[in-house]
Amino acid sequence: MTAQAIIQSLASGLLMGLLYGLIAVGLALIFGLMDVVNFAHGEFLMIAMYATFFLFAFFAIDPLLSAPLVAAALFVFGAVVYLLIVRFAMRAKANAGMVQIFSTFGLAIVMRGLAQFFFTPDYRSIPQSWLGGKTVSVAGIFLPEPQLIGALVSIAAFAGLYFFINRTDFGRALEATREDPGAVALVGIDKNRVFALGWGLGAALVGLAGAIMAVFFYIYPDVGASFALIAYVTVALGGFGSVFGAFAGGIIVGLVEAVTALVLPPSLKSVGIYAVYLLVVFIRPRGLFGSM
Amino acid sequence: MDKSFAVRRRRDLLIAAVLAVLAGLAPLFVKDVYVQNILILTLMYAALSQSWNILSGYCGQISLGHALYFGIGAYTTELLFTKFGVLPWFGMLGGGVLAAIIAMALGYPFFRLRGHYFVIATIVIAEIGLLLFQNWDWAGAALGITIPVRGDSWLKFQFMRSKLPYFYFALALCCLAWFVTWWLEDSKWGFWWRAVKDNPDAAESLGVVVFNSKMGAAAVSAFLVAIGGAFYAQYLAYIDPESVMGFQFSLLMALPAVLGGIGTLWGPVLGAAILIPMTELTRSYIGGSGRGVDLIVYGALIVLISLALPQGLVSLFSRAKAKNHVKGATR
Repeated sequence: MTAQAIIQSLASGLLMGLLYGLIAVGLALIFGLMDVVNFAHGEFLMIAMYATFFLFAFFAIDPLLSAPLVAAALFVFGAVVYLLIVRFAMRAKANAGMVQIFSTFGLAIVMRGLAQFFFTPDYRSIPQSWLGGKTVSVAGIFLPEPQLIGALVSIAAFAGLYFFINRTDFGRALEATREDPGAVALVGIDKNRVFALGWGLGAALVGLAGAIMAVFFYIYPDVGASFALIAYVTVALGGFGSVFGAFAGGIIVGLVEAVTALVLPPSLKSVGIYAVYLLVVFIRPRGLFGSM
Repeated sequence: MDKSFAVRRRRDLLIAAVLAVLAGLAPLFVKDVYVQNILILTLMYAALSQSWNILSGYCGQISLGHALYFGIGAYTTELLFTKFGVLPWFGMLGGGVLAAIIAMALGYPFFRLRGHYFVIATIVIAEIGLLLFQNWDWAGAALGITIPVRGDSWLKFQFMRSKLPYFYFALALCCLAWFVTWWLEDSKWGFWWRAVKDNPDAAESLGVVVFNSKMGAAAVSAFLVAIGGAFYAQYLAYIDPESVMGFQFSLLMALPAVLGGIGTLWGPVLGAAILIPMTELTRSYIGGSGRGVDLIVYGALIVLISLALPQGLVSLFSRAKAKNHVKGATR
């Protein structure tokens, strides 16, 4: 194994890791806001990928251009899911944790069923996009363009999110609601509205990720499942609810996956990610950046 | 202990005995193999869910990785049988003990984790197990193991001509899991578990050894689930990693208890009696086209029940009773 090969795989791992971070950050945002884990997160990614695919297939809109549209559509979808399901799940007086897990899990199963029903279980892909299949060569290292642009979008999205949370009124309302949902009502902030917007924002971020993933990944009804577990591990690794933790967690997951693929058979590459998760939480039971 | 609790326990035992006898008579009327298969699966999932409920319901440690123990039960039995000719009964027992040991070994680091960190750790460990078995050539890797046919016998726990022996074993397993739960509910352990579930810190300060309580629950739960896995492997006569250790088993063990009433004695049985026939029927009547309608119905039901009845279907019974009886008749 040459140094070149190692650097090559670390670079690919880093790019993929930034994308994992973008996939996961919506989950972290929602959890931080209201202590709810969305077990349909992978299916949010799935419908974003389908939306991108159909915008391309019917209107020939390149994924790069449709990404904002998909993110906007997912924003609405996320807010609606909150208003129709999660809002009621949070009112459960008994078994609250269980109700949240299984109401969103049930939603995931419904979404998969709907995707099979309307889109068939066939694998689809976007054959001719601006970025698809192209690579950039930097000092002998080949970087696929979709992942490279995806990584840049991810960095931009995290920077934007940081600015948004710290510098805007809505961001402050978000922070305040997460700290004390009861008290914000006293200063005239509608808790439900903030939660709905939080769900919208979280879904929009995974929508952005889905639009990019659609360029270089097969699109099928169960595609979310394979990324959902990685997203949960990413968020937990960083510390539930920490937006910055999701960013760092994503990079770690991407690098660990790349390194594992170097030393173990490719079919075992996820074992490395899972092992690192277990190792981290055994040492720090609340993740790397979670509050104790 | 107040008197009504003892009365309720005696009544539960009586109801269970009557139900077990009625279920045992079912094959007299059900000759259709398709329906028999549904009954066997329903009893098996009731037993699995009842076992899952011990750790996740009573003790409150939500595991979505019990497929690991199911798979260990199945693989231990079949590897011992096909490679060394060990009778499935010993393999079943060995698989149960091995699963209990693994559950405790994993519990040692896992039980320090709380909430979602614990849930994700259980999912992750089962996925690691699945991936390792898929890549373990000696154990058949992804292709799995076909169990050789040696003729119908109780000794080898293999029956080709009739499903009835499997039915009675599944019924016995279901009764065992129920009885263990019933028995533990009133033991020192049962009270400890509920205390650990409600408030581990308070329980600890009152002298409950929280860690040991969780370990005990994990061992009992894993042992029973592994027995179920061994049964399933013999019943199918073929196993591969995905079909005995896939995530869907972790889910299918949890769902009956969740829908019926998590942490209750009757929840898993009630949940399985409704969920499993419904799953099988929707799959064969509207799912056959591969168009996902079965998933839509199934998922929608999970959403609706978890939102409308957070304490599960058993809460309907206690609610009805609360109307009929004077207050305090139930726990």
